Amino acid sequence: MSNPQQLRYSKEHEWLSAAEDGVSTVGITEHAANALGDVVYVQLPEVGDTVTAGETCGELESTKSVSDLYSPVSGEVTEANEDVVNDPSLVNSAPFEGGWLFKVRVSEEPKDLLSADEYTDFAG
Amino acid sequence: MSNAPRLTALDALHRSLGATMTDFAGWDMPLRYGSERDEHNAVRTKAGLFDLSHMGEITVTGPQAVDLLNHALVGNIGTVGLGRARYTMICREDGGILDDLIVYRLGEDEYMVVANAGNAQIVLDALTERAQGFDATVRDDRDAYALIAVQGPESPGILKSLTDADLDGLKYYAGLPGTVAGVPALIARTGYTGEDGFELFVEPQHAEKLWQALTDAGAPAGLIPCGLSCRDTLRLEAGMPLYGHELTTALTPFDAGLGRVVKFEKEGDFVGREALTAAAERAESAPPRKLVGLIAEGRRVPRAGMSVVADGTVIGEVTSGAPSPTLGKPIAMAYVDAAHAAPGTPGVGVDIRGTHEPYEVVALPFYKRQK
Repeated sequence: MSNPQQLRYSKEHEWLSAAEDGVSTVGITEHAANALGDVVYVQLPEVGDTVTAGETCGELESTKSVSDLYSPVSGEVTEANEDVVNDPSLVNSAPFEGGWLFKVRVSEEPKDLLSADEYTDFAG
Repeated sequence: MSNAPRLTALDALHRSLGATMTDFAGWDMPLRYGSERDEHNAVRTKAGLFDLSHMGEITVTGPQAVDLLNHALVGNIGTVGLGRARYTMICREDGGILDDLIVYRLGEDEYMVVANAGNAQIVLDALTERAQGFDATVRDDRDAYALIAVQGPESPGILKSLTDADLDGLKYYAGLPGTVAGVPALIARTGYTGEDGFELFVEPQHAEKLWQALTDAGAPAGLIPCGLSCRDTLRLEAGMPLYGHELTTALTPFDAGLGRVVKFEKEGDFVGREALTAAAERAESAPPRKLVGLIAEGRRVPRAGMSVVADGTVIGEVTSGAPSPTLGKPIAMAYVDAAHAAPGTPGVGVDIRGTHEPYEVVALPFYKRQK
């Protein structure tokens, strides 16, 4: 699997897009999606919620387990992906594209995120 | 004993297929190869191939083999005909379930007991101890067999292309020795998926050859390799209990709603008779809790150990839970107080991380195949 070069990554296996007009998109990586197995339920933060980098903001449930969703960035949620709520399998089939989770108006430039190459080494 | 997980004869093959492996009862087993939902659906609609070599085989032979088994187990093994199999249990003196088992009658005086991997040593020890005074031999055959299962509606056709054995004459819960893909095998029509299917006991050295032959013969019919993850959702939909979840030493077969496996009318005494007689009366007059099915109204998935609630009070506990691919909803098995056990009982929920999610109480199983 390859991790897109234009994204940055957290050690909790979320990805963050470069900001456009101050808004970044958040998802989980293909590595994380594969480790979870089939995702069957996604609980996302709501529009208007404030999320904090490194803190939980939702959950992802798969056949075998439930995992917390961590925000890789601080800011205000501007959009949650309703498509993925209705069809959680998008997280597995297109984790970097249609399976994105939410968008954030970034309030603080995130620290400690990894480049694609660094994340690839980290995730092994 | 080493802590390193045991590997089946098919380990290298699983890795070459890219399986996600998991530790299960001390064995390194395939959890899934790809999507567990796809694997589940393949078994329901076409066919799936499983490595179940972790299961524990124990052979009992001798003139009094049947008497030993009748003494050691709760079922009536004396009524198992040659070439047939029986689902049964082994209990403690206090009636607590040590394991659930399948006993195959392989010969006039030869039986194979198949135990769950996690209980195989316990069952072996109990049978060995209970064999004292009987003219019978208990043999640990765990390393003598690999076990490959082919399950699903296409499985008879797939197997037929690889064997001359009379599969049409092989009924559910029957087994016969034969040859599959040139490999000597005990062919049993048993399984743990709620579908028609076969379990093939073979020498470990032949396991790879058999797996490959089944893969090649089955691929055109849609057969795919399947891991333990979908085996769990398949058996859950079929309402089949799993030891350590629905069955434990703290429960008798009657507590688990499986009192029918206890045969009081059989000849001779058996381990647990007295306690089980009392348990049967209790289940009749004042059942403590009952095993029920729960179907979610929402999408959050119940897990083993979660509380079942009604009116803010805990009324039971989830023993198994998963998203059901067939129903498209989360389902669970749970022990609940008898007052809330009737199908359709209103106001029942599961406490999922602090939120009471509404659930419908239903009778088991969730899924029954059309025959």
